[in-house]
Amino acid sequence: MAKKTLRSLIGASLLAAATLVQAEEPRVVAITQIVEHPALDAAHEGIKDELAERGYRDGENLKLMHESAQGNSAIASQIARKFVGESPDVIVAIATPSAQTVAAAARNIPVVFSAVTDPVSAKLVKSWEKPGANITGVSDMLPIDKHLDMIQRVMPNATRIGTVYNPGEANAAALVELLEERLAARDMELVKGAATKTSEVLGASRSLVGKVDAIYLTTDNTVISAAEAVVSVGERSDIPVFAADTATVERGAVAAMGFNYYKHGRQTGAMVARILEGAGTADMPVEVMEELDLYVNPAAAERMGITLPDDVIKDATKVVTND
Amino acid sequence: MLSEIAFYGALETGLIYGLVAFGIYISFRVLDFPDLTVDGSFPLGAAVAAMLIMAGWDPWLATGMAIVAGMAAGAVTALLNVKLNILNLLASILTMIALYSVNLRIMGRPNVALLGEETVLTPWYELGLDFHQVPVLLFVIVALVVLVLLWRFMKSETGLAMRATGANPRMARAQGIATGAMIVLGVALSNGLVGMAGALFAQSQGAADVTMGVGVIVIGLASLIGGEAVLTPSTVVRALFACLIGAIVYRLAIALALNADFIGLKAQDLNLITAVLVTLAIVLPGVRTKLIHRFSRKQA
Repeated sequence: MAKKTLRSLIGASLLAAATLVQAEEPRVVAITQIVEHPALDAAHEGIKDELAERGYRDGENLKLMHESAQGNSAIASQIARKFVGESPDVIVAIATPSAQTVAAAARNIPVVFSAVTDPVSAKLVKSWEKPGANITGVSDMLPIDKHLDMIQRVMPNATRIGTVYNPGEANAAALVELLEERLAARDMELVKGAATKTSEVLGASRSLVGKVDAIYLTTDNTVISAAEAVVSVGERSDIPVFAADTATVERGAVAAMGFNYYKHGRQTGAMVARILEGAGTADMPVEVMEELDLYVNPAAAERMGITLPDDVIKDATKVVTND
Repeated sequence: MLSEIAFYGALETGLIYGLVAFGIYISFRVLDFPDLTVDGSFPLGAAVAAMLIMAGWDPWLATGMAIVAGMAAGAVTALLNVKLNILNLLASILTMIALYSVNLRIMGRPNVALLGEETVLTPWYELGLDFHQVPVLLFVIVALVVLVLLWRFMKSETGLAMRATGANPRMARAQGIATGAMIVLGVALSNGLVGMAGALFAQSQGAADVTMGVGVIVIGLASLIGGEAVLTPSTVVRALFACLIGAIVYRLAIALALNADFIGLKAQDLNLITAVLVTLAIVLPGVRTKLIHRFSRKQA
């Protein structure tokens, strides 16, 4: 009798140990990224850190895979197939082309995208509120209305806004379209200057002189790489330059309300964690960045012929004071 | 090591890039015309097909128009060379650069999504095959049909005249061959094939993107040279099969490299691996002939 009890006890504990081992089997998250780029790399870091903070540590209870396609769409597609073949718990796709290749290959695996501006026109989701299938994520759509509010707070009389952009950049082109629409709703006018490479940014900025009251730069990679060129035109011609990303304020723009891609990644990571905990993607709305930082540069404002209102400076997360 | 899905993915991409390798075989090998237009005609084909599919066209018809668009791009390069006497390499670079703007104009934005649209693949999914096997089956058929058509063309009178033009233009002209017309036809044909590859790639990947032409020429060349190293291209049909095999082997190599964590390779090493592969492919046949020479000399 005692023997039997002992045996069943051992059996029970073995069973318990087995379930425990099963529960501790690491979850698998695979991250695919179209290209190495500071913003996208920051998003990747953010995802990793957020997962770690929520108790998913790489190498312990989480297996984290990461591949970059180095800008090559055929390789992006092969990375997508590789990940789908390994059937991880979640696939994270950073930037639109990577997300589309994953969407084409993954049928039942949950996919979370990051750094995608317009997931609806990229056909990743049916709608922002109800993605409808195995894909959802965080959009890096700029809160353009908040940015325009900021410009109008600093320059209440501005009616003509200029922007320099690269028509070949997917996100930038979409943003400029949205900007034009938003400005029209405020009875304001958009003047565009096109620059397909960094060396053309200066010329495109000069083409705006005399036609605009202020310049607003979106998160266009080509233009931001050469932001100094726009700033120099702004200073010489007394046209205040506003930006969508805070780093450009440190490079001489008047003000910006931006988010950083690290926080964007953190928000993506939180979404991944919720899916790992069992949430479904179909009803998980696409998120946009909520947390914004206002950066102002009063000295730059003076150089561009305006004075920043005190209340704007008071609201700033950071007042840039260097040079 | 290599999952089934990754393997089918490599085959699928390899078969599509086999069409690119066919095109590069015609320009580089048959015509001896180094043509970089392909970096532009690949996304051109994708753009044309994507826009027409979005406009409700039949996907095969849209793919056909992508071929026509690719041929037009190739013809522009060839005409710049033949009529305006611009160096062939430079002429192709000019067309390639121009095509970037053209592609943007065609699409109206840099990325046109085809996810969920009717494509050439849609009817095949109803066959009851595995989701990841369907594209491989379809593209095997497409690649083999194109291969047979090209083979027959190369044996025709026009095909022979084209080969003569590439081999010895002066002799070809002496034989009464209009070498200029042959170059235009050949480069157009080459880019038509690349445009078709772009159209099929966009449909299998779910989007046409203006950046998707980056490096097409290098990958095509790597496939061509790699295939020639595997299969000595002594006849046209062998050369065409070499293109296809080379393109697939290249994709399998990349799939393996992506799974090569165990030897410490990472995705960022892919470009280096490509360069090493191409170098090996160029050098190895020479080493082989040298060895054969040494061997036969010893025997003698």
